[in-house]
Amino acid sequence: MCLAVPARVVELNGDSAIVDLDGIRKETSTILLDEVAVGDYVLIHVGYALERIDPIEAAKTLKLFDELRAQDASA
Amino acid sequence: MKYVDEFRDGDTARALAGVIRNEVNPDRDYRLMEFCGGHTHAIFRFGIVDLMPDNIRFIHGPGCPVCVLPAGRIEAAIRLVENEGVILCTYADLMRVPAGKRDSLQKARARGADIRMIYSSSDALALARENPEKQVVFFAIGFETTTPPTAAAIKIAQAEGLKNFSVFCNHVETPPAMMTILAAGDAKIDGILGPSHVSTIIGSRAYADCCDKYHVPLVIAGFEPLDVIQSVLMLVRQINAGVATVENQYTRAVSATGNEKAKTLMSEVFEQRALFEWRGLGVLPESAVQIRSEFADFDAEKRFAMPEIETADIKGCICPAVLRGMNNPDECKLFGTACTPEDPKGACMVSSEGACAAYYSYGRYRATAAQP
Amino acid sequence: MSRLDIKNGVIEMGHGSGGKTSATLIEELFVRHFDNALLDQGNDQAAFNVLAGRMVVSTDGHVITPLFFPGGDIGALSVHGTINDVAMSGATPLYLSASFILEEGFPLAGLERIVISMAKASKAAGVPVVTGDTKVVERGKGDGVFITTTGIGIVPEGINISGNQAMPGDILIVSGSIGDHGIAILSSRESLQFGTNIESDSAALHTLVANMVGVAPHIHCLRDPTRGGLATTLNELARQSKVGMRIQETAIPMKAEVKGACELLGLDPLYIANEGKLVCIVPAAHADELLSTMKKHPLGRDAAIIGTVCEDAQQMVVMETAFGGNRVVDWLAGEQLPRIC
Repeated sequence: MCLAVPARVVELNGDSAIVDLDGIRKETSTILLDEVAVGDYVLIHVGYALERIDPIEAAKTLKLFDELRAQDASA
Repeated sequence: MKYVDEFRDGDTARALAGVIRNEVNPDRDYRLMEFCGGHTHAIFRFGIVDLMPDNIRFIHGPGCPVCVLPAGRIEAAIRLVENEGVILCTYADLMRVPAGKRDSLQKARARGADIRMIYSSSDALALARENPEKQVVFFAIGFETTTPPTAAAIKIAQAEGLKNFSVFCNHVETPPAMMTILAAGDAKIDGILGPSHVSTIIGSRAYADCCDKYHVPLVIAGFEPLDVIQSVLMLVRQINAGVATVENQYTRAVSATGNEKAKTLMSEVFEQRALFEWRGLGVLPESAVQIRSEFADFDAEKRFAMPEIETADIKGCICPAVLRGMNNPDECKLFGTACTPEDPKGACMVSSEGACAAYYSYGRYRATAAQP
Repeated sequence: MSRLDIKNGVIEMGHGSGGKTSATLIEELFVRHFDNALLDQGNDQAAFNVLAGRMVVSTDGHVITPLFFPGGDIGALSVHGTINDVAMSGATPLYLSASFILEEGFPLAGLERIVISMAKASKAAGVPVVTGDTKVVERGKGDGVFITTTGIGIVPEGINISGNQAMPGDILIVSGSIGDHGIAILSSRESLQFGTNIESDSAALHTLVANMVGVAPHIHCLRDPTRGGLATTLNELARQSKVGMRIQETAIPMKAEVKGACELLGLDPLYIANEGKLVCIVPAAHADELLSTMKKHPLGRDAAIIGTVCEDAQQMVVMETAFGGNRVVDWLAGEQLPRIC
């Protein structure tokens, strides 16, 4: 029920940041997060960053997809 | 788009669907409720239904804050803006929702009401700063994903002494709604696809009761189609094994405890309402929040006289049953005839993620294709 | 006649009254910039000879806000839009008329900027604005400037293009990336401010059409997907021709930034306006040659085949998603609004 998109932090200004989504730049509040660094990917919802996206977990999920693909191919 | 495109790969989708096809028990149905309207939207938009075996049935849940907002609350907002001459700020999702007596925020605006569509609560704050001589009311809706941004706005308003800003709070909570549906039992749910972004805030532990009490597995599913399909597989596996736990598929964004800072902010500004009416689910205890007395200055319901308004759903509209997962949209007498996206009679048709809207737009083809 | 104070002046009620003040405005702004022999005659109408043949006329009102946006403005849009509507019949556009409804208080400098832009677009297209009208409404009763342009053209011999001619088996071609104009407009709206390099694709398509018709005279349909986007245009054509359409999501050209903006706002790019693109429905035998001709024209560089026409009693437009799943691409119900859910 909540449209949130991942975008990359390109600039930090106190409690707000500029994020980039494939060339679209938007000002976003980071007040809901403790530590945000330039280069982080965050989920944006109604102008606020909700959470950082964990790149390690993302890679794990993608790896799981690869394993499942292999499973399907061998079936 | 990073973290989006990789999770929308078509070949992987087909492969995952192949694994599901291999693992489902052909002798039974798997009735899976996707709680979140955003998931309903994704399932139809990406044609996920077509990829699943026939015995996987998606039951659409009430996780659509627009759909569950009682018409009376919209009516109250319309009266507020027309009687008090405030500037009413609302997310665009609410503009066309029927408010009762065939009215809506959009129609009220056409009559001259000062209703502004905004993208963020910070836009409402900006309007309050720019219009110091007018009262600015923010029509706040949403589940736990959208509640912290409202809390943040109220705190900023207090810090700045923005005396002309207030919030009409309609924030609701996910676990109580889930428990209500599971308790009713009539939707016969075998598994639940849990919401993505609500879970980033409240954490995966928040759903433990749903599983334990009703022995229904729950998988927190990410927002992209591959997330949804993988989550279906995880549910199928739990169901086949007779297991019922909370699993987290969306590990890249959801943790066990969620976003502590956001949760603290919410509990600082909001407290539970004893009761709140949900369109379709009735009056539920401890399922919604209101603004705490420390922030009463920013509570529109305290600043203005906002009486409770009863509105009945239009005769024949079965949005309540659809929201509880008991009926499909095409079982409604009004579906596709009296009730269409151009002329909606109930919220489920007008909300972009309402089940009826999804069925109307995306489902008609499948119904037609199925005919000889 | 006293000169217009373009730098500091504003539109006054007198500018619409038909008297000396009106005449000054017309002389120093419109006639000066549109600068063509017919307009210079100073009549209330323009008279000219035409070659024998089928005539086409089209009209469009332009009420867009903001008036100035990345890649264009209401002036250029009003010229391109009507030229395109004429060209979608296969006709060669000849002349334009332009009617202005101006709001009292609108800055003359802004109006001149719009007129200069119109003149530039008109000259580049080779389609002069030969007659026009000006009215003024009281402050508060107009959005600054409303422009209505009407265009006429002549259809070359043997060309018969119309929305009801699509046949099962025909190929659907789009001339380039979709959604650019609508996103450029949204990016400059107050409440949705986001930074982007996307510009409106506002452009006159008649020379592209001329090339297309030259190599494939049996094109069945042409339409420019403006308000309501590609989805609306395909549904219109499907209904007019009583056919269905099947398109492939992966084949539809779209800029990455447009995709990003749509994701951010929860919009469907298929419904977003375009002002410099066209959809073409052509018999399969001519499709490949037509496509390569289009790609040689600057406005058709990203042209692509996106699908086919089929039999369908329900007249549905169905899109195969990147997954191989199917979704109906329905008519738009009301305005598409950004969503949070």
